[in-house]
Amino acid sequence: MSDARLNQSAKEIKARAAEWLERQERPDWSPADQAALDQWLAQSTAHEVAYVRLQSAWERTERLVILRPLAEAKSAPRRISPLLMRVAAAVALVAMLGATAAYFVLQPRDRTYSTAVGGRETVTFADGTRIELNTNTVLRARMTTDQRIVWLDKGEAFFRVKHDATHPFIVMIGAHRVTDIGTQFSVRRGKQNVQVAVTQGRVTFDAPGIASQAALLMQGDVATASAKSMTVVRKSESALNDELGWRRGMIVFRHTTLAAACAELNRYNRVKLVVTDPDAASRTIGATFRTNDVELFARVAEVALGLHVTDRGDEIDISR
Amino acid sequence: MADTPETNREAAGTKMTVRETRAWFVREVLPLEAMLLRYLRHNWRDKSDIEDLLQDIYVRVYEAAKKEIPAAAKPFVFVTARNLLINRVRRESVIPIEAVADLDALDIAIDAPGPDRAAVARDDLRRLQIALDRLPPRCREVVVKRRIEGLTRREIALAMGITEETVSAHLTDGMCALADFLYGDERP
Repeated sequence: MSDARLNQSAKEIKARAAEWLERQERPDWSPADQAALDQWLAQSTAHEVAYVRLQSAWERTERLVILRPLAEAKSAPRRISPLLMRVAAAVALVAMLGATAAYFVLQPRDRTYSTAVGGRETVTFADGTRIELNTNTVLRARMTTDQRIVWLDKGEAFFRVKHDATHPFIVMIGAHRVTDIGTQFSVRRGKQNVQVAVTQGRVTFDAPGIASQAALLMQGDVATASAKSMTVVRKSESALNDELGWRRGMIVFRHTTLAAACAELNRYNRVKLVVTDPDAASRTIGATFRTNDVELFARVAEVALGLHVTDRGDEIDISR
Repeated sequence: MADTPETNREAAGTKMTVRETRAWFVREVLPLEAMLLRYLRHNWRDKSDIEDLLQDIYVRVYEAAKKEIPAAAKPFVFVTARNLLINRVRRESVIPIEAVADLDALDIAIDAPGPDRAAVARDDLRRLQIALDRLPPRCREVVVKRRIEGLTRREIALAMGITEETVSAHLTDGMCALADFLYGDERP
């Protein structure tokens, strides 16, 4: 029996656990910090129990944000200056020529990585570049001494690219192209569009069919390109963190319609949520869920929104 | 640069038991906290011991669960509580014996119906609202900004004109108070 209370009161241990929990949420939380926390937890069961108790209560508050109406201003679309676009186009062109030249010199071997529905996987390459694959994703990579190209055939991925000025890192999404300039960003391939979000550094985003449309995206930019147009909005650090919640296994909804929220959860789960009437579909929610917690989502819809939930096995119907 | 990447899969098979123990503890034991506190307050004279007693019970229950998850959480938790109190009484002979006269109330506590899940979920929403409202104003503002508006520590500090350290202090206070409200049913 560990008798840590002889040295420290329950109150002191609780305060210490809260400090760990708070620090853990900071963006600069490092593997060394995690190791220190693990060590503290292993020191005594009293530590572990206090931590688990606080963490679960804190997580519950995250789930229940649905209580509060959110009055968040929408970020306004930002126009990209023509000069920036020209600079970006030039950079992208240079990058493309480099890649083409390398193609003939080397006989490259491509590797394919994929995840199933609900899956998540991290791939680390020899150059230090890391790619995190979200649910239901297919990605091919050609990482050689001369070129670094990946094709996102399906799904979504987050890229942490080791910068190498002579070998730009290129992501192809169909005919769209993202070229990094030393950075972290995510790319999501939808049915109708491609979305690129930059969390650090800069990338150029090249959309075909629209003349000189290469856009230089800076930190915080989220670009959405369809076949005919591209919009860019600047988002706050926390809003971007929310969009990338899947990296922590979470989905964050803010003012999201029930229809959109269900579609998002359905990306991660075999059991599909179906909203059967338009009135229920247009209700909005703000809440955070684990990507696999369909059951909790259904319960919140039932209890908090007062909707009717019917479990049909492979499908959960939500109606008024 | 070679093209031989390493693949790190997320699933960690060996951690499963830790995760299971934690999940069981959160799901089965923590919801009993309010009932357990009432039991302790009823049966223990020195109220300043209660928090440490609660922790000791949790430690014993948790360590037992690490070896094997008890079939029924509630009887297990309350029997652990009773044994702990009896041991304490024996050890600290200063405590008058009347202190544990009501230990038989245990059976009543075990037999009382557990909260049903739908009611708990409904209750959760209301209780969280109440818990939030009970936090000191500045603390509540920080918690709402962090938890509901999703701001970072730095953004909160800027918005409220306080240092990041103060934001952290409010957050840790808020975490402790919210856990006490949500599990311990603390009411002023």
